[in-house]
Amino acid sequence: MNALKIKMLRLAIWCLAATAAIPAVATAAVERYVIDTEGGHAFVQFRVKHLAYSWLYGRFNDFSGTFTYDTEDTSNSAVELNINTASLDSNHAERDKHLRGKDFLDVDRFPRASFKSTAYKETGFNTSVLEGDLTVKGITKPVRIEVQRIGNGPDPWGGYRRGFQGTTSFALKDFGIDYDLGPAARNVEMILSIEGVRQ
Amino acid sequence: MWRNTDDGYGVVAVVLHWLVAAVVVGLFSLGLWMVELTYYDAWYRRSTDIHKGVGILLFLVVLARLGWRLVNPRPVPEPAHSRLERIAAALTHVLLYVLLFAVMTAGYLISTADGRAVDVFGLFSVPATIAGLPGQADIAGDFHLALAIALIALAAVHAIAALKHHFIDRDRTLLRILGRRTPRPSRSAAHSRRRA
Repeated sequence: MNALKIKMLRLAIWCLAATAAIPAVATAAVERYVIDTEGGHAFVQFRVKHLAYSWLYGRFNDFSGTFTYDTEDTSNSAVELNINTASLDSNHAERDKHLRGKDFLDVDRFPRASFKSTAYKETGFNTSVLEGDLTVKGITKPVRIEVQRIGNGPDPWGGYRRGFQGTTSFALKDFGIDYDLGPAARNVEMILSIEGVRQ
Repeated sequence: MWRNTDDGYGVVAVVLHWLVAAVVVGLFSLGLWMVELTYYDAWYRRSTDIHKGVGILLFLVVLARLGWRLVNPRPVPEPAHSRLERIAAALTHVLLYVLLFAVMTAGYLISTADGRAVDVFGLFSVPATIAGLPGQADIAGDFHLALAIALIALAAVHAIAALKHHFIDRDRTLLRILGRRTPRPSRSAAHSRRRA
């Protein structure tokens, strides 16, 4: 009876040790990052042509996300981003109110937008392509983000950081936004400046 | 003639009353119409500029009206009105003023949510005071619409009551705010009727 108990206990300890060791081995080269929204070193921005005469910029002030970066096999890297759509800011309160309303993002019904990557592929020295699913107004569609690796290394406060900039563009209509802003403003460009702090 | 007396409203009070009434109905209609305009409509910007400019001017007019009300005698209530009618009328009048100021304040808070001033036809502009509250433009916008609907509804009650007094009770309630001072029965007669 006592011997059986000891045997079971040993087995349990062994199992625990084994499960703890597996991820440690598998993730040796995979670095985990939290996007530095706390320190404000990340920006989810968009730009749309106004009429056909200039660029109008806006951003989402409230979002969060994480990414992994595999230094040995970069294609094993992934990103997840969650955006609070009501945090839209285009530097004009009345326009923001309109953009949050039913004509555009309808943030009462769709308070969240998100992006989840499905593939990451290096295309050059500092460039790569990130593919993933973008969800806006409850509509999920694949998008392709051109990524530029900006830099990585230790920060002055004992941490380690890595940053990218990504751009993509899509038709507003693809995500159920068909308010007529004119032919030059059918597409929106997203500019994602992301810095992560390694965990 | 210009000033109120015990048994009637002067020209200033009458004109201010109907001016505010017309502007409130006008601004309400303009507001409902302008928010449905599309981006390429020629009125897309002009309509809101007019709405804001007239709104600020209305604020000044209502202030002037309250000031005038303070320095003028209040015409005594129609003797035929019951106590309940007098209380209801007084309450409605107070609430109409409260709603007027609330609607205008909410509108002002939309336009100044990011610290921008409200321009009044290029003549002058009203600077922002409270700005940058979380969701200010949206919340103020919801209040602006809800309060405006409440104001119009209460104004409708006010108008229906006036019509009821005119056509059913056949008293001078409506005529008085049209500036008529039909000679009423002599003071003593009125008093004795009230006592009776």
